[in-house]
Amino acid sequence: MIKKYDVVVIGGGPAGMAAALSALKKGAKVLVVERDVRLGGILNQCIHNGFGLHYFGEELTGPEYADRFVKLVESEDIDVMLESMVLRLTPDKKVEILSPEGYITVEAGAVVLAMGCRERTAGAIAVPGTRPAGVYTAGMAQKLCNMKGYLVGKKVVILGSGDIGLIMARRMTLEGAKVELVLELMPYSSGLKRNIVQCLNDFDIPIKYAHTITRLEGSPRLTGLYYAPVDENRNPILEKEEYVSCDTLLLSVGLIPENDLLSGMDVEMSPITSGAVVDENRMTSIPGVFSCGNVLHVHDLVDNVSREAEIAGGAAADYALGNVTAGDTVSVRATDGVRYALPQRITKGGEGKVDVFFRTVDVYTKKRIVVEVDGNEIYSRKTMILAPGEMEKITLARQDLVGDVIVRLK
Amino acid sequence: MMNTICIMCPMGCPLTIEEKDGVITVQGQTCPRGKKYGEQEYSAPVRTLTTLIRRADGGMASAKTSAPIPKDKIREAAEYVGKLTVSADSKIGDVVEENFFADGVNLVITGIA
Repeated sequence: MIKKYDVVVIGGGPAGMAAALSALKKGAKVLVVERDVRLGGILNQCIHNGFGLHYFGEELTGPEYADRFVKLVESEDIDVMLESMVLRLTPDKKVEILSPEGYITVEAGAVVLAMGCRERTAGAIAVPGTRPAGVYTAGMAQKLCNMKGYLVGKKVVILGSGDIGLIMARRMTLEGAKVELVLELMPYSSGLKRNIVQCLNDFDIPIKYAHTITRLEGSPRLTGLYYAPVDENRNPILEKEEYVSCDTLLLSVGLIPENDLLSGMDVEMSPITSGAVVDENRMTSIPGVFSCGNVLHVHDLVDNVSREAEIAGGAAADYALGNVTAGDTVSVRATDGVRYALPQRITKGGEGKVDVFFRTVDVYTKKRIVVEVDGNEIYSRKTMILAPGEMEKITLARQDLVGDVIVRLK
Repeated sequence: MMNTICIMCPMGCPLTIEEKDGVITVQGQTCPRGKKYGEQEYSAPVRTLTTLIRRADGGMASAKTSAPIPKDKIREAAEYVGKLTVSADSKIGDVVEENFFADGVNLVITGIA
């Protein structure tokens, strides 16, 4: 069976839904392919609040934020395939899908990648010791708790202080578990200050910075673990090892864009974001293939995901309907404390403004964000504090982008 | 005296809040937002509760307080919600209970798992 669509969106989470709605508005015939039984993606399990302040101007929980988009998608003329997995994507934009209806090939005018990200697992960080039950990624524990009503343990240690880990510290405490300790390898948390205060301090949960796990103990279930402070090279100082008894370890040690679908395609990737290299329309190096949301780069606010997906979805529709003219591009490069800047390419010329997003390498106070083109400063802004956990945005005038762009801190 | 971290921005200023003769003083902040936050956290800290409710059909629903409630009621409120059951056809926006641990605050369904 072969079907045809102007725009095929892979993934029905916040990015996919916003991209689909934006493509529809431009007049495209749109298909959304989602592997889960429902739309909404990871938002469905994020029952805490803090979503939507920028996009909707009010504070929502994850399921509420998702529901607003789900209702729009369902009420519009957008085809949705649930429980359907994209197995292959080809450079000529054929999308091969395993669905409840069988194996389907869809010919797409443009494709929007919106597959989100996955968590780094115990294997990815190579924790020494036994391999007991009771070791979960924070997001998996969140899904089991919030979607299935199943508490994964009673005495919990959390490695990593990313926001999901912090949120789960509070969640498990409120469900009756005791969170003994949070360990963070870095000397600072990558999580929001609000979560440090409201998820840890409110419940007297201690956090040890510059500490890591040295070995796990227990078989078949985790019974405890050893941890130690790390030196400046992040190697554990074993003489200072301590023990804590626990039956559960949650890992909140980073997210990786889920770009496996691109492995067979010659797409230019960024080694820093683990996502595709894109232009200001979020188009990858393969014409007509766009990328947005956490599969492009890991975001801290879903509001930014929705906005980015609207750019990608609208541009994908324009591409599919033949409303684009390709132009020369300038490159956007990050240096001096800026880890990456995105988009990595911007089409030369044009009017209006373009937003560039970036993250810093470390925590910096009282630095100036500077953007240079051909050695001339075209943008400068003083900041009080910059942190890797907070994505920054700068708005540039397109008329200034006459040559390659450099984003740096001074 | 109370020590906390300001959550108004990533700076995370360490605040020391003291009360003398009915006057609250905040120290450690680098901007006026920190002073306001410190005063609020000292005199009447509030939090929004987000948690789970069992559905009659065995599934789960998520719920929140429609506005923040006093911080010292959060644990008690979470335990209370743990004993509730809502109907199987509950939907987003349904009010489970009015005046929930604070006047004018409702316990509201936010999602169906």
